[in-house]
Amino acid sequence: MAKMTMVQALNMALAQEMEKDDRVVVLGEDVGVDGGVFRVTDGLIDRFGGERVMDTPLAESGIAGFSIGLALYGLRPVCEMQFSGFSYYAMHQMEAHAARLRWRSQGRFHVPMVLRCPYGGGVRALEHHSESREAYWAHTPGLKMVIPSGPRNARALLVSAIRDPDPVVFYEPKAVYRAFREEVPEEEEVFPIGRSQLVRGGKDVTLISYGATLRPTLEAAQTLHDRYGIEAEVIDLLTISPLDDELFSGSVRKTGRAVVVHEAPRSFGPGAEVVSRLVEKAFLYLEAPVKRVTGFDIVIPLYQREQEYLPHADRIMKAVRETLDF
Amino acid sequence: MKVPAEKKMEMLRSMLLTRAFEDALQVLCQIQGKIPGMMILCTGQEAVASGVCAALQNEDFIISNHRSHGHLLAKGADPKALMAEIYGKRTGCNKGKSGTLHLAVPEVNAPCTTTVVGGGLPISVGVAFAQKYRKESAVTVCLFGDGAADEGSFHESLNLASLWQLPVLFVCENNLYAGAQRFEEHTRVKSIADRAAGYPMPGVVVDGNDAPAVYTATLRARETAANGGGPTLLECRTYRCRGHGEADPQHYQPKEEIALWKQRCPILKLEKEMLQKGILSAEELEKLREDSRKAVQEAVRFAEESPWPDVAEAFQDVYVSDL
Repeated sequence: MAKMTMVQALNMALAQEMEKDDRVVVLGEDVGVDGGVFRVTDGLIDRFGGERVMDTPLAESGIAGFSIGLALYGLRPVCEMQFSGFSYYAMHQMEAHAARLRWRSQGRFHVPMVLRCPYGGGVRALEHHSESREAYWAHTPGLKMVIPSGPRNARALLVSAIRDPDPVVFYEPKAVYRAFREEVPEEEEVFPIGRSQLVRGGKDVTLISYGATLRPTLEAAQTLHDRYGIEAEVIDLLTISPLDDELFSGSVRKTGRAVVVHEAPRSFGPGAEVVSRLVEKAFLYLEAPVKRVTGFDIVIPLYQREQEYLPHADRIMKAVRETLDF
Repeated sequence: MKVPAEKKMEMLRSMLLTRAFEDALQVLCQIQGKIPGMMILCTGQEAVASGVCAALQNEDFIISNHRSHGHLLAKGADPKALMAEIYGKRTGCNKGKSGTLHLAVPEVNAPCTTTVVGGGLPISVGVAFAQKYRKESAVTVCLFGDGAADEGSFHESLNLASLWQLPVLFVCENNLYAGAQRFEEHTRVKSIADRAAGYPMPGVVVDGNDAPAVYTATLRARETAANGGGPTLLECRTYRCRGHGEADPQHYQPKEEIALWKQRCPILKLEKEMLQKGILSAEELEKLREDSRKAVQEAVRFAEESPWPDVAEAFQDVYVSDL
């Protein structure tokens, strides 16, 4: 096993899938010669050629629509948006066509494509380059919305996304891209879309997060243990839609308390859906109101205030203490 | 180029079928109220669909728009399955899920008719790439209106198709109206085909009410595309004899203009030509008309006798396996 960053792990997933299946093609702005703005597609053009690793013009709506056409004809396109904040041009194609053609054609046409977008703050970039708007996609029936949190699950989930017969929007936390390394096996590894994962066991409170905020959530869990002897269970959602509510509602039936953490704006964010599911599935087990630690309902601020916008371990710990003291 | 008599017959037959099909829809929708919601008809524009599709091979794909009945029938769609779908019945080509506006007909390689104006353009470019990637000789045709040529997706799609020399035909069905806007009110170009120079690709203007002319131009563009010569922008000049939809009172379209274009009916034009050349007799013509009327009557009967879809089916096929 090699220790890899998320960028390297994603690159490996793409290369291995392209090696195995000539229906897999990669396209986007500067994904070929340049290897992508974050180098996720680095070297692929040398291995697989320009017909399978396509440098497209700057045309996000065109890239998404084009990919739908490829998928309708049986290819497995993986297209990249340089930043999630530029993907809204593509949203029309994704929601109007990618998400609907299976339903409309009663399963006779389908759109097996992946739309990859780096998302999220913590890299001192501005506005569109730092935001976390996964709820837009998760709110669209017919799309799947996946967000890995580390190199190993990023690789396993991207492989699953490429093989998935439905369109998958795949958000990559750019704050995690090179933040740490993990052992990633060379041999095939997949993780099912639509399944969350228990990453730390505990009995006092359930912390539910995903993507870039999983790390501060785990940091908070560790400090709560070290400092106060509080045992927090931590669940990584991994797929935002369709949402796996079995694992976290089971956990909350055990702990009676929950805190949901994400950097997306608070109102109508994925946390709101998680809380609703808890109300539906674990209401009588709740010992305290469910807390949310999230971004705020504003445009993400410039770099000097960015760290106050993003959930960090202190904010998460404060919310856990309030939940426990209720 | 001489158009073979049997091709003319094929085009006449599909135009007559489309006209009869849509005349029936107009009555069912507006007069009898049997089909609720929206109804968008191509009356007077049949030569574009019939001319284009007569020049295509079965394996070719078409991506169509909101005014799609003619395109699909000309490509060979079964009128019964189409009518049942428009009714919303379970026996429809999409089992009653798409209705008139979002028809998809796998049997004739028509995966997407979209009502988002201009939305089909980049999809057609993707299908064309996949055809080239697989080293097949098939091509893709995207049919859209003059209004769609103002959308950003038009530019993105023509640029990409030209850059990569893909086997795609952009067929602009210029019916002189985009919603309630006349052509000169929504663009300063004299012709949509002029825009081809900007990409660059051949830009061709043809009389969209002359089915053999549309056929010939399409055949040429198809040959270029299939042989690696890249895309063509083909503008078919025609006229929207009815409103944008059936609820549109058309108060902005001069009555004399509508009357003039009705005289230029593409079906009458081809019938006359074929009768004069002696490749069609009056009796044969009457039989063709009767056949299309019967096919439509049968389609309506089939649709009316078909069952409604079960409510639970609305939850099927959102994803590959129902969640």
